[in-house]
Amino acid sequence: MSIISKSATQQREMMRTGELTSVELTTAYLEQIRSRESAVKAFVHLDEQQTLDAAQQIDTRRAAGEPLGDLAGIPVAVKDNLCCQGIPTTCASKFLSDFIPPYDATVIAKLKTADAVLIGRTNMDEFAMGSSTENSAIQVTNNPWDLQCIPGGSSGGSAACIAADFAPLALGSDTGGSIRQPAALCGIVGLKPSYGRVSRYGLVAFASSLDQIGPMTSNVEDAALLLQVLAGHDSHDSTSADVTVDSYVENVTQPLSNLTLGIVDEHYGDGLDIEIKSSIEEAIRVYESLGATIKHVEMPHASYGIATYYIIAPCEASSNLARFDGAHYGQRADTCMTDQQSTSEDALTRMYRSSRAAGFGDEVKRRIMLGTYALSEGYYDAFYLKALKVRRLIQQDYDNAFKDIDLLIGPVTARSAFKQGETIADPMAMYMEDLFTVTANLAGVAGISVPCGFTDAGLPIGMQLQSAPFQEDKLLRAAYMFQNATDWHQRRPKV
Amino acid sequence: MSSPATQSTDDVPYTVVVGLEVHVQLKTNTKLFCRCPTIFGRPPNTQTCPVCLGLPGSLPVMNRHAFELSMKTALALNCTIPHFTKWDRKNYFYPDLPKGYQTSQFDLPMSEHGHLNIFSEDDEFADKQIRILRAHLEEDAGKSMHDEADGVADSRIDLNRTGTPLLEIVSEPDMRSAAEAKAYLQELRLILLYLDVSDCNMQEGSLRCDANVNLHIDTPDGTIATPIVEIKNMNSFRAVHRGIEFEVGRQYSLWKKNKQVLGDMPKQTRGWDEGSQVTRAQREKEESSDYRYFPCPDLVPVIVTDEEIQAMQQTICTLPADLRKQLFDDHQLTAHTSAVIINQGLGFANYFLTLATIIDDGRLAGNWMQGEVLRILNEQEQTIEQFTLSAAELGELLKLIQSDDIDNSKAKDVFAMMMESGQSAADVMAELGIEKVDSSQLEELCQRLVNNNPKIVADVQNGNQKAVGALIGQARNENSNVDPGQVREICLALIEKL
Amino acid sequence: MALTRDDVEKVSLLARLQLTDDELNSMTMHLSQIIQYVHQLDEINTEDVAPLAHTLDITNVLANDVVGECLSRDAALQNAPQRDEECFRVPAVL
Repeated sequence: MSIISKSATQQREMMRTGELTSVELTTAYLEQIRSRESAVKAFVHLDEQQTLDAAQQIDTRRAAGEPLGDLAGIPVAVKDNLCCQGIPTTCASKFLSDFIPPYDATVIAKLKTADAVLIGRTNMDEFAMGSSTENSAIQVTNNPWDLQCIPGGSSGGSAACIAADFAPLALGSDTGGSIRQPAALCGIVGLKPSYGRVSRYGLVAFASSLDQIGPMTSNVEDAALLLQVLAGHDSHDSTSADVTVDSYVENVTQPLSNLTLGIVDEHYGDGLDIEIKSSIEEAIRVYESLGATIKHVEMPHASYGIATYYIIAPCEASSNLARFDGAHYGQRADTCMTDQQSTSEDALTRMYRSSRAAGFGDEVKRRIMLGTYALSEGYYDAFYLKALKVRRLIQQDYDNAFKDIDLLIGPVTARSAFKQGETIADPMAMYMEDLFTVTANLAGVAGISVPCGFTDAGLPIGMQLQSAPFQEDKLLRAAYMFQNATDWHQRRPKV
Repeated sequence: MSSPATQSTDDVPYTVVVGLEVHVQLKTNTKLFCRCPTIFGRPPNTQTCPVCLGLPGSLPVMNRHAFELSMKTALALNCTIPHFTKWDRKNYFYPDLPKGYQTSQFDLPMSEHGHLNIFSEDDEFADKQIRILRAHLEEDAGKSMHDEADGVADSRIDLNRTGTPLLEIVSEPDMRSAAEAKAYLQELRLILLYLDVSDCNMQEGSLRCDANVNLHIDTPDGTIATPIVEIKNMNSFRAVHRGIEFEVGRQYSLWKKNKQVLGDMPKQTRGWDEGSQVTRAQREKEESSDYRYFPCPDLVPVIVTDEEIQAMQQTICTLPADLRKQLFDDHQLTAHTSAVIINQGLGFANYFLTLATIIDDGRLAGNWMQGEVLRILNEQEQTIEQFTLSAAELGELLKLIQSDDIDNSKAKDVFAMMMESGQSAADVMAELGIEKVDSSQLEELCQRLVNNNPKIVADVQNGNQKAVGALIGQARNENSNVDPGQVREICLALIEKL
Repeated sequence: MALTRDDVEKVSLLARLQLTDDELNSMTMHLSQIIQYVHQLDEINTEDVAPLAHTLDITNVLANDVVGECLSRDAALQNAPQRDEECFRVPAVL
């Protein structure tokens, strides 16, 4: 068994006992990348030498007997919307193609403190807007299970990276499902923490009240390992929660007794793919065999999640992305006038409009336009305010549900990975990808996607567990119980 | 109340209506949402970080001290502090605003419904209360500097100031003249200085004032209002006064020409041109007013309890208005002396109060404070806090005047020596040999002088009162300690009796 | 509530996006679709519902007024599309 098919948890133990060095491990991953990256295209930036140097440093320090961090020597791939000092951070946007942050995101600083080896930057939908990674201005990432298919998005690069064994651990970000959906479509584990669990400082904001950073890994115990490092209060993020971080790593293998799972009947409507439906039903049976009780719960407003989300997220995005105007950083377009531009427009306005027009892709423009429109005079109450009210109703649905159950169980997506080019021209159809995931972001609860089967075509299927805020410990333990009783997570794509 | 301004025969009466929006930079060490310093005049772009540069991924964290200073100010302006307040984003594109929005407060400001009282030193208008609509806490923008070097006109952007905490204090349109507006601004500045919440330096921009001006004109068909104009770029009290006066005249003559009333055109922004002493229309963008305010998702609300409000109220010092009343009621100071003392700041006023209490004579204390003390401070470019003489030490000297041990002009000499040598009043007097002349001794001296100078006496008797001055001179030659006033009085009485 | 091409053009100025003719057409179509879809929220009675802007009930996050580290000027200006020794440069601000 190759070292790269072992879990990070095992690799860490092997390095501790001296069986393995970080350079050996990192070299193994870099070889895998060399042989398969041209087919997958998960990375937008990778500096092999820098990565190996970092691994070497850890080995040297370990040899000198220095105390090392919790991820010492383990490669971690990072989604390209997390600022890393001195390393290009592009958000897969033309606009930021040359942008080099002068500071580290809090999660990057934490990874550095944990002595992780940063192994490249992963592809994504531009500014995390999309569900297929086709909105990347840099490249299209291919699903390692079927190279004709999309890997999901927006954290498609990180998901593909884990599925293709390019790294044992990766960071993603999830605003409406951007960790869980690609995790499901690539057959890996992806966890969106509760809002406020992980600091957003240094995460290039898409929709601030919904964004969370989380782990993407090939198994549950590695998700616990990475979340342990990421989680915790940060004084640089006003929305970071000062809530105790449980011992995820220690607890993850401990099964939960008297587990009660909730099923939302609306999740099993016409839209759900039949193969996914049966996989979820099978997963529920697995839990029952493990002693779990199943209850049906009502989420009367869940079906309004997409409509609510596609007001709130674009509104916040329209403001968050205003800073990309070509004045202080990013690409400034030539301000030559086009026939569109009235001669009365001043040079500054022309610079703004042409820089943003040239720098942003279609989906980003669409969401900026949608948000700008929804916040503009006369529309605020009808759209934004209305959406915030429905958001409260959705949160109340969750609150009520979690009175009777420990976790919700259901599908992550309505369909498995789809063909490239198939949906990209139909924005509304693409938005429906988030149907089962957005409500967690709107309510601030935690969710995890765990491999639970395959379609006849050999594409992975994920199931979603959701917990009340700050119950990641429960989420991970329940996910581990399932993983321990199944072998879906051990399958590897044959690319 | 009609303006007495230049009205020809066909003029109709009108009322001037002014409301002020004042932006005050708060005296914090760091910016509102990051921990960069807020020092004025640093080299461009040396006082920034990812947060105030608006770099992708950076997030704001509110400055506690900025909120406290805002609350203190709002309370001193008699505002209500709501228990819940939040921050909103005001979205617009401008190169001095790197995030593409200003973090400000929209519908739930941190304070509202206050007032402050204004008065006229020279009775130009009656004392009145100006209502304050709201005061809210927001961030300042950076600075753009026009540059036409190398034949290309562009702008240079310095983001040092970006994110400096600003308190925006918005008055109701309660002022009825440029003089009232100026008095409001002066009183507000004084309050802010007393509270020590801002440097209030209009030249450096730590106090900025925009005025909303229009006219209510009495026409035969009823009162009409002219379109509201906002005047910007007024960088001194004088500019505020002149700018409003100019705008009043301009609006009136414009109305006579085009009869446009409020609602016929959108609110216009005009800049005060200090060089030409006129207001000029500023370029407007058609959509500029659609700021798309919404709650900032990166900041959380602030909840203030009654206990916190009460505790803050306790920290508020004596304010100029209270002091003014005290100086008038308890110390009988004239409006002028009172204004001089109060305008010097709280430290100066407190020095005065201590001094006045020690010598139990407000007028004498007031005269010395606005005379000798202020002169020395100005000469030495010192504040009262740096003044070497304590109120008790100065009081010793003034007591000697009260007990006729020394006359006022001699006291000034002694004061100068005290400042120079650091000695006490008594020591200086001993060193100069100053001692009180016994009254019988003085009588005897005057009698002798009258006897010995028949020519001078004759001059005085012939109506030349000034001639007595020669006798005073002789008296001082004999004894430098004599009080010239007393000598004059006694000699004139003796000559009268002859 | 149909969205017209004219509306979209106005919004594009507010958003400081320059859209081509084709983009204006497709944007009008797509935005109209989305707007139509989100109007399903009108079905819900939200009369007595308070808006929820933050999922977490956090308040009063305030930092002490203590000076921290600044970036060097070079670091601050390093990503500027146009700059001089001291400042960012932009087309003339009117």
